[in-house]
Amino acid sequence: MAFLDLEALTKTFGTHAAVDGLSLTVEKGEFVSLLGPSGCGKTTTLQMIAGFVEPTSGAIRLEGRDLLTVKPAKRGLGIVFQSYALFPHMTVAENVAFGLEMQGVAAVDRVKRVGETLELVGLAAFTGRFPRQLSGGQQQRVALARALVIRPQILLLDEPFSNLDAKLRGEMQIELRQIQRTVGTTTILVTHDQAEAMALSDRIVVMNQGRAEQIGPPHEAYERPATAFVASFLGKANLLDGAIVRPEKISFASVGLAGKVRTRIFQGNHWLYQVETPDGLVTVIRQNTGEAMPGEGDAVHLAWAPI
Amino acid sequence: MKSTPYLLSLPALLLFAVVVIVPLGMTVLLSFHDWGQYKGIEPVFILKNWREVLTDSYFLEMFGRTFRIALFVTVLTAVFGAPEAYILNRMKSPWRGIFLLVILGPLLISVVARTLGWALLFGGNSGLINKALTSWGLISAPLPFMFTETGMVVALAHVLMPYMVLAVWAALQRLDRQVENAAVALGAGSFTVLRRIVLPQVMPGILSGAIIVFALAASAFATPAIIGGRRLKVAATLAYDEFLNTLNWPLGAAVAVLLLVALVVIVIGASHLVERRYAQVFG
Repeated sequence: MAFLDLEALTKTFGTHAAVDGLSLTVEKGEFVSLLGPSGCGKTTTLQMIAGFVEPTSGAIRLEGRDLLTVKPAKRGLGIVFQSYALFPHMTVAENVAFGLEMQGVAAVDRVKRVGETLELVGLAAFTGRFPRQLSGGQQQRVALARALVIRPQILLLDEPFSNLDAKLRGEMQIELRQIQRTVGTTTILVTHDQAEAMALSDRIVVMNQGRAEQIGPPHEAYERPATAFVASFLGKANLLDGAIVRPEKISFASVGLAGKVRTRIFQGNHWLYQVETPDGLVTVIRQNTGEAMPGEGDAVHLAWAPI
Repeated sequence: MKSTPYLLSLPALLLFAVVVIVPLGMTVLLSFHDWGQYKGIEPVFILKNWREVLTDSYFLEMFGRTFRIALFVTVLTAVFGAPEAYILNRMKSPWRGIFLLVILGPLLISVVARTLGWALLFGGNSGLINKALTSWGLISAPLPFMFTETGMVVALAHVLMPYMVLAVWAALQRLDRQVENAAVALGAGSFTVLRRIVLPQVMPGILSGAIIVFALAASAFATPAIIGGRRLKVAATLAYDEFLNTLNWPLGAAVAVLLLVALVVIVIGASHLVERRYAQVFG
């Protein structure tokens, strides 16, 4: 029996189906990402699991019991909202303790557990601060601590890193993964960032227009995309000889598809090329090994291993 | 420092000075003059009026009543106005726009007309409500409303309610809906959400509204004049009385200036306290 079971979940607003027959099973302790562009239904799915939106049809089961009959307040899920939604009039400690208060945990135990969880997210020194006095990254950690301290059966995250700058985002992603591995909570993350989904998840659900186009581990979804949409959404893809070829699999050789370099962009650890060929514009990525590379306007030949 | 900004605001400043500051200054000076029934106003500088206003038990009673009424009005508008604003905030359009008009509409009508409306409803034997209640046998004598402090409080609360609703509504607009959802997800029931999450966040709005309502209620004239009649006076109607009936302008001036000073102190002090208490939280 799966830990969380979404069965043919559908949500229609008027005639528009935001989520269209989504089925997904999540195992205990798994980290699953709902990945897709805006409007693909990933946030609506999360809201249905949380209980803030009622499905039009379909079922949600947690450990076998029907979750749809349970009110949001009683579902026992930990949620991190995109805007963090911290209680502005309470201190960090009070924010984190709120869920425990609602559960009726005694004051002494509350203080202990809040302390432990804040330690886990690295904010032990910030107990008396107000949300206003914290940076974006710190606020996000408080939101995470607030969701984790109640020992939820599932942790739901709604694009939690979208408000952070690139560097901080990278750091927080690694931290989240470590925390999730330490605590072992089943986690569902909603994101539009494919790099983030691939970095963090055990499995990715690539969604488009309310449907799941592929469900699988990141490596598998990347190397063996089920549809053209998945291929172009997860990383870059070229359509060559009727097959999908990843840019990093193409090299510059003495024989092969002839073309001319239109653009060359340096990205630090790799070079990004756009090559004009009879088959269309091809994207090539070559690692930066320190060797001389073709420049803009050069004539090149592209070669890749047959699929 | 460029003088252009100051020169540009000079016309408005002059108008303000001539129409507000100068008469105010003259009133303050007037309060120090002497007055006699036959000699009229004598332009000297004495403390007779101030001594009378600050020590005579009659005036203490008047000011006590003024601030007592203002306090009850403030509490009433807070108790009824805050929930009203909350319900208004939760409405969907077009109802929200319609009810906003219903709540703020009274501001478009003269306060005299509104107060007379109360008089028509509750006034003595001929008041509509009293007539109805008596004819249905629910009461034996008409409910006292006119010429009572309770009547003044009720009418003033009704007149000043829109200000409280507006202040609370403005505070509610700034709330993030997700914060309430977060509380629900953590297990809070609807009442707990209201008490622990919504109320503390709108409290600065309620307090701002309270300061406005208190100041307006303490300085109110029309409603106390109509409901209170000749016997039940508050500071504003007292000053009016001194000026127009007794003709003791210096004494009237002293009453008016004392009310002004007291309200300035209360409003500034209360605002300062509210800002300090919530600065850390709301910035």
